[in-house]
Amino acid sequence: MIYKANIRPAWVVLVLLMLFTLAFTLVKTSDTAPAKKIQPEEEKPSKVDLSKFKNAAENENCLKCHGQSKYTYVNPESKKTVTKKMFAELVMNRDVFYVSNHREFKCTDCHSEDYVTFPHAGDLRMEAKANCIDCHGGDEKYAKFKFEQIETEFQASVHSEKHSEDFTCWMCHNAHTYKINARTNENLATTITYDNMICLNCHGDLKNYQLLTTKAKPNLLQKHEWLPNQAAHFTNVRCIECHAKNEDTLVVAHHVVMKSQAVRKCESCHSKNSILYASLYKYQVSENIQKEGVFRALLLGDATSIGPDKSNTLNIISLVIFAMTILVIIIHAALRIKK
Amino acid sequence: MNHSSERIYLYPVWIRIWHMTNALLCLVLIITGLSIQFSNPGTVVKFNAAVTLHNIAGILLTLSYTGFFLGNLFTPNGAYYVIPVKGFFIRLTKQFLYYTIGIFKKEHAPFPINEESKFNPLQQVTYVVLMYGFVPFVILSGWGLLYPEITVNSFFGFSGLDLTDLLHIGSGFAISIIMCVHIYFCTIGKTPTSNFKSMINGYHESH
Repeated sequence: MIYKANIRPAWVVLVLLMLFTLAFTLVKTSDTAPAKKIQPEEEKPSKVDLSKFKNAAENENCLKCHGQSKYTYVNPESKKTVTKKMFAELVMNRDVFYVSNHREFKCTDCHSEDYVTFPHAGDLRMEAKANCIDCHGGDEKYAKFKFEQIETEFQASVHSEKHSEDFTCWMCHNAHTYKINARTNENLATTITYDNMICLNCHGDLKNYQLLTTKAKPNLLQKHEWLPNQAAHFTNVRCIECHAKNEDTLVVAHHVVMKSQAVRKCESCHSKNSILYASLYKYQVSENIQKEGVFRALLLGDATSIGPDKSNTLNIISLVIFAMTILVIIIHAALRIKK
Repeated sequence: MNHSSERIYLYPVWIRIWHMTNALLCLVLIITGLSIQFSNPGTVVKFNAAVTLHNIAGILLTLSYTGFFLGNLFTPNGAYYVIPVKGFFIRLTKQFLYYTIGIFKKEHAPFPINEESKFNPLQQVTYVVLMYGFVPFVILSGWGLLYPEITVNSFFGFSGLDLTDLLHIGSGFAISIIMCVHIYFCTIGKTPTSNFKSMINGYHESH
């Protein structure tokens, strides 16, 4: 008599499934730990070591008022000390400024020298502000960032065409806080969020949106209702992938197009010639491949999108296995027929 | 020749319906899965349609698999999937040698099918690996991709979604290969078509 281990495989799978669910729940709970608060509730003194920055002492002349939400001065007529609120958009956070790309600058490098006197003269606010290209254009040191191409793309964009000169670089990039992101950030998800927040700063916020238009702000969730799995798309794809003309020479496209020209076909991304691989993803994947090798890069990349197959190696392997199976079947069948 | 004595009623109606549903769903899933994986403008099934069909077929397969799973937990059919431990490899080798050598010498199958054992040892192992390995994997990873927000973000530093994707495509591919071999092996019956007929009328014809 044959001895039978009388355990049905289904029971084994059931136990494994329960273990898997347990492990999954544990991993998932640790995964979704509450996000840290980004904004401190109270204003805390800056932790920046100002001695590291050669212009910091001079900048303090500005930041003693503009560095926090309140400023104090003595009224020369009443001789009283007055404390006033600083307009939010005029507050420069030292912690943010001194990690930004422009951290080594003096305030007066870009702003008028006349600002050193207080109260500031009223006509100073009319000063023309420099745009990116004014400093970065034609500079060998910055050639790899392609500021000229960015400028050309921007000039052709719907932002520039519709709003002419009212729309400046500073609408999206804050000179005081700007920090290079897409090229240096290894975490694709944060780059995507960072880039999308730039768009949402106006397209998701009516008071900023109406700085340049009187139109009502379209409801983004409603406008994108046609997009399947909206949440996944919003967190994994940058707005500009569909709303700008992507060139694979630029990591961040600036040629934002009219709504009617935006990408709407699934195949544009979910295909072998995916537009996603034109810019950021191409950059990330090639960086990863250089650093980690093809296989690990494939697994490490955050750039998951259904459809486009990143690995030709796996395709070839699977094709070979399939071809061999069919070949063995044909040989087997032929031998059976022959005998 | 007495046909009736060689015919055993082996496949009750519910098994045949389940098998047919499963086969159809797998075919739809393989075709749509391939068109999603190799999607390009102009593929046979359009991406949107392929995704919708793939999702629907996947959900139906989950239902049909749950039926199979429960059926094999609680009905006598589950006994066919219990692999006897003793002499397992010897029996496996015997079956393997039959398929690679014996079959061409018109030898008799070493483990003829009867009510007690519906599957030969090789078949049994394949079905267990398939139905209790690859299929649950493909279903679980499929749900993970259907609801990417429930999938873990990272797994030992690897992207959770990419791993799920790889697991899904890998097990899907394995299932497709097994399906090809399965269909071919079905031609090894009393006549090349008799096994296909069995899955329609329920009677197995010995050879």
